[in-house]
Amino acid sequence: MARPAAGRKTRKAAAPAATDAGVSRDQLLAWYREMLLIRRFEERAGQLYGMGLIGGFCHLYIGQEAIAVGIQAVRKPGDQVITGYRDHGHMLVCGMDPREVMAELTGRAGGSSRGKGGSMHMFSTEAGFYGGHGIVGAQVSLGTGLALANSYRSNGAVSFTFFGDGAANQGQVYESFNMAELWSLPVVYVIENNQYAMGTSIERSSSETHLFRRGASFRIPGEEVDGMDVVAVRDAAARAAEHARSGQGPYILEMKTYRYRGHSMSDPAKYRTREEVEEVRRNRDPIDHVQELLSEKGWADEAALKAIDAEVRAIVADAAEFARISPEPDPSELFTDIYVEAGR
Amino acid sequence: MTDILMPALSPTMEEGTLAKWHVKTGDAVRSGDVIAEIETDKATMEVEAVDEGVIEAILVPEGTEEVKVNTPIARLGAAAGTGAAAPPPAPPIPPPSVPHVTPPAEATAPEPSHDAPTPPAATVTGRRTTVRDALRDAMAEEMRRDETVFLMGEEVGQYQGAYKVSRGLLEEFGARRVIDTPITEHGFAGLGVGAAMAGLKPIVEFMTFNFAMQAIDHIINSAAKTLYMSGGQITCPIVFRGPNGAAARVAAQHSQDYSAWYAQIPGLKVVAPYDAADAKGLLKAAIRDPNPVVFLEHEMLYGQEFDVPEDPDWTVPIGQALIRRPGRDVTLTAHSRMVGLALEAAEVLSKQGIEAEVVDLRTLRPLDRATIVESVKRTNRIVSVEEGWSPMGVGAEIVATVAAEAFDWLDAPPLRIAQADTPLPYAANLEALALPSVDRIVEAALKVCYR
Ligand SMILES: Cc1ncc(C[n+]2csc(CCOP(=O)(O)OP(=O)(O)O)c2C)c(N)n1
Ligand SMILES: [Mg+2]
Repeated sequence: MARPAAGRKTRKAAAPAATDAGVSRDQLLAWYREMLLIRRFEERAGQLYGMGLIGGFCHLYIGQEAIAVGIQAVRKPGDQVITGYRDHGHMLVCGMDPREVMAELTGRAGGSSRGKGGSMHMFSTEAGFYGGHGIVGAQVSLGTGLALANSYRSNGAVSFTFFGDGAANQGQVYESFNMAELWSLPVVYVIENNQYAMGTSIERSSSETHLFRRGASFRIPGEEVDGMDVVAVRDAAARAAEHARSGQGPYILEMKTYRYRGHSMSDPAKYRTREEVEEVRRNRDPIDHVQELLSEKGWADEAALKAIDAEVRAIVADAAEFARISPEPDPSELFTDIYVEAGR
Repeated sequence: MTDILMPALSPTMEEGTLAKWHVKTGDAVRSGDVIAEIETDKATMEVEAVDEGVIEAILVPEGTEEVKVNTPIARLGAAAGTGAAAPPPAPPIPPPSVPHVTPPAEATAPEPSHDAPTPPAATVTGRRTTVRDALRDAMAEEMRRDETVFLMGEEVGQYQGAYKVSRGLLEEFGARRVIDTPITEHGFAGLGVGAAMAGLKPIVEFMTFNFAMQAIDHIINSAAKTLYMSGGQITCPIVFRGPNGAAARVAAQHSQDYSAWYAQIPGLKVVAPYDAADAKGLLKAAIRDPNPVVFLEHEMLYGQEFDVPEDPDWTVPIGQALIRRPGRDVTLTAHSRMVGLALEAAEVLSKQGIEAEVVDLRTLRPLDRATIVESVKRTNRIVSVEEGWSPMGVGAEIVATVAAEAFDWLDAPPLRIAQADTPLPYAANLEALALPSVDRIVEAALKVCYR
């Protein structure tokens, strides 16, 4: 396979702090709404967990909203999304019904997996969302396989494969990088570097902490991106998707981000200081950032933002109520969906 | 007005300490504001406001220990000026009940029932073909028939297969459909599963199943479980195939039999053929099956020739055992290479006046329990033969089935023949001692016949 010897670079994003160029009022307002929807949804999920309605593990996406939303902005019909267990936000932006996502969290018949997957395992073939995977790193090979299918079919689709800074240390990530570049597969690897894998900071786990460089030995270009800036995410995603879609192979985006909440609901919170979290919330919050842009440009006054907030709250309240009253799955569900019956 | 409740940090938490309040009566709070900290012996958590409003009252002072989950700890009033009514206080809801399900007596996925007392014919006629070529023909025919079927694995293309099973496929189908992978079992198994989730039908060849241990996470966690976890949305029509079990003198790391490992997993089908007709017919059925199938071959059988029907649509249904030799005195169950040993043992026994019935399991999951049980009802004695280890093994499952379903028909305690409970040794004499042999099968059969 011919491959240009030069021009394959692994770089830090060029200086222009992306923000601005080519964002319309409607786009920005739509992103604001989506990000707010994720945040309010997650806050409510946290509350339902506290009330005992959600069980098991529940990993909230609060703080990372700009990434899912910014990537979604460049997705085309047929493109796939796959991620790990911190998946609620991704599903909402992929267009899954907040009711069925919340009802899956409560393990009810109305859930997207009819209560059989739970927080970490949700899917929607309709929305091109391939999970929701509980094994750290597994989604990287699977997402590369989605790209293999795209390449096999020459359908022009791109697989957006999300994983964490912790997952970036798994061996299968590099096995997948190698094959993706070798076969020029249309996959964009989005590393959500929120600085921690459970309680282990990236410095304590990684000999190379600049994760965008991790593709270097496979000749995969990579960029570092401010994952708290939805416009920067969108712009980088557009470059990456174009690269992958045009047959040049995989691309790595390292999103610098932060999770405000504990790893899952039960978290000793001893591995970082409250000041550190506060600092990010106060100065780098992705939603505040969009709000500032909107008011700077005079694109939305307080009343307009309040209206969005009220709409989002109503959606979340409705989803929570649905998730509360939706019945538990029928006992007969225990034995369904183990095998596809022949002829299906 | 909304009550803020003491949250649970984990599903098992019943009470905790309200360590600190970050707000006081009269404070306005917004969604996401940290309002309090709670602690248990295991974890600390910040409580965030979910709704907007003004703190009307702190109901539990800071420092209070043993606060029960769901106790109101503060009261929130509507935010001044918004007029927005906060949602009504949700009544405390008991955690979801544990449904009372009576699982079927055997808590396994439904398996095909066999009420037909007549076992399928044990002989086929056709062209003499090696198991190796039968497997190749099966793949080639299915690839011609269905454009979404492709083969991937180490050395499957240019090298023509480490054991020459894929001979000629690259030439016929090209590099798009016969994909040489790097030596990355975990990765390429994951790619295969991802491609299957996207609707293709990959055949993933493992050079041997020993190396699939690096990929077993994708076989089990990704391929077998996703249909269930997605409520039936994501299917995974994939075949994992390759040689399984002991070749000759390759020692412990290259000789393991994984039959029992995979046969335990709901969501997988597991097939282990003996002769060429079954190898071909079952592989074609496996490729057409919409579920993930683990297809266990045997290196020692690749070169053996058998008759294979010429019918280009020859398939063998997954889930049916085959009575390879009828007999009235003792049932011998076996799969894969062990079928050959069982047949030889039956010859030896016949000369001693004992007619053994040899049941070739062919599929390990779903296991054709009915054929086994019916056979035992005829012979009243059973010896199971497997190449792998006996603890928790295929024989253990068969004996349990027979004990549960044909107890009253048994005239002797069942016996299991299996590999010695050791890693497989290299030395020729020790290797022979460790693996099942015709002699050991004969001896066991005589024993259950009290001879
Ligand atoms: C193979 C595997 N090992 C360990 C775990 C337990 N585990 C779940 S999440 C996690 C941390 C992953 O961190 P990261 O990839 O940074 O993602 P984040 O949680 O920050 O989104 C660990 C160790 C797992 N689920 N799978
Ligand atoms: Mg992380």
